[in-house]
Amino acid sequence: MRKEIVSLKNVEVYFNDTPILENVSLSIKQNDFLAIIGPNGGGKTTLLKVILGLIKPNKGEVKVFGRNPKEGRKLIGYLPQYTFFDPNFPMSVLDVVLMGRYRGIFRNYSEEDKNAALNALKTVGMLEFKDRQIGRLSGGQLQRVFVARAIVREPKLLLLDEPTTGIDPEMQKSFYELLLKLKKRMAIVLVTHDIGVVSTYVEKIACLNRMLFYHGPKEAGLKKLEDVYQCPIEVIAHGVPHRVLRRHEKNDRDSSV
Amino acid sequence: MIEILQYEFMRNALMAAILVSVTCGIVGTYVVIKRIVFISGGISHAAFGGIGLGYLLGINPILAAIPFSILAALGIGTISKKTKVSEDTAIGILWTVGMALGIIFIALSPGYAPDLFSYLFGSILTVPFFDLIIMLILNMVIILTVILFHKEFSAISFDEEFSEVIGVPTKIMYFLLLCLVALSVVVLIRVVGVILVIALLTIPTAISRQFTHHIKKLMVLSIFTGIILTVTGLCFSYMFDLPSGATIVLVLGTGFLLSSFLKKSQILAKSDF
Repeated sequence: MRKEIVSLKNVEVYFNDTPILENVSLSIKQNDFLAIIGPNGGGKTTLLKVILGLIKPNKGEVKVFGRNPKEGRKLIGYLPQYTFFDPNFPMSVLDVVLMGRYRGIFRNYSEEDKNAALNALKTVGMLEFKDRQIGRLSGGQLQRVFVARAIVREPKLLLLDEPTTGIDPEMQKSFYELLLKLKKRMAIVLVTHDIGVVSTYVEKIACLNRMLFYHGPKEAGLKKLEDVYQCPIEVIAHGVPHRVLRRHEKNDRDSSV
Repeated sequence: MIEILQYEFMRNALMAAILVSVTCGIVGTYVVIKRIVFISGGISHAAFGGIGLGYLLGINPILAAIPFSILAALGIGTISKKTKVSEDTAIGILWTVGMALGIIFIALSPGYAPDLFSYLFGSILTVPFFDLIIMLILNMVIILTVILFHKEFSAISFDEEFSEVIGVPTKIMYFLLLCLVALSVVVLIRVVGVILVIALLTIPTAISRQFTHHIKKLMVLSIFTGIILTVTGLCFSYMFDLPSGATIVLVLGTGFLLSSFLKKSQILAKSDF
């Protein structure tokens, strides 16, 4: 049996009385490669933030590596959906990655930390850019640097929030190949609305639209996904969002929002 | 030009110029890269309340401004982080309430406040020796704090949410940074006054950041830029008998314009081949 590293039980999150997550239970095991898919506003980012302890659920229990999320997240690497920063920020790529090695007040970055940062940059194929100012990178390069920043502390779990937004298809492919390389070393949870990715690379999927609909191997999952959206998933992949919405309104008692 | 150094007020002014430049180079760097320029503006104006309180109680206004500006910093931080009031609204409230308090305190003080104007617009040529000592001590506190917490300050300046995830105590560090801004405001009041403080906190760094992308180098470069431009402003103000605070700010502004042109022409030259 592989060890369970994250467990959510009956988690509910509300923002101003609007339910964002309802009765979500989830179990992530060592070396899982899980994709969480669902429409925009379905609560995907919120779910990741609950695991990270950035959002405290109104109800339910969250355990990360057997502890509360604020302690457990030391073993998590995190790639946010957007990183808002000043493109002129005076910092080199290497120093940005080095920040991922932060261990606490009064503990300066050591030679070992620096080597780890260089290694992480090598893993994501960005070593040659180490002295570049952080704002002078393309979207795809930047995303790789932020992956390096997330994996530099050698996490046991990597959380990726829409990692391929704004990256061209060619870069996306090499990005997912990078993930395949990383998944030998850590569990990966990927939040995305890119269905194509899921079928090619991921082992398990869960569908999230306020409620978590499924959690298991992907074949069965894809069928279930059709239930969530009520239309063939190819259609969603090509984007007909109004269909998705109509289904939700019909089924949803609180659809006054 | 050298002979003016025989005057004590000139030596004091020179010392003051160096002290403020060190403060501005270090704290100004965070102010600019964390984009808290207007929070700093709010803190500096709110500090005027402390100056008024100093008049009212008959103590050194600079000393009275220390707790007052720290309270203002903590107030802005608390309102913007803990309540639903947005940060710029919090700034707007504290900025004006602080100044209003200052005006009321001064109106209540007996007699009339002869050097009030110098606290508003600065007067580097009349900085008393005792205030220099206060500035020196505050500077040492600032430098020590930055040596201890530079890692945290630069992390929250870059990306606060990620810093939180990796275990940086982001809220405490943000408040500490605002307190550093408050202390720098106090250092600067004598030289440029509460109204012009923002110029010294932003312009030297704004000039220097065009030429480096390392935070530590940026601090050092900002300090030297600050020293050169404030001393130049000081000399102009002495030679042409102009108000010192305003002259220094104008020299800083001109410096920024010139450096931008310089940088632009450099880029143009580079892209030529």
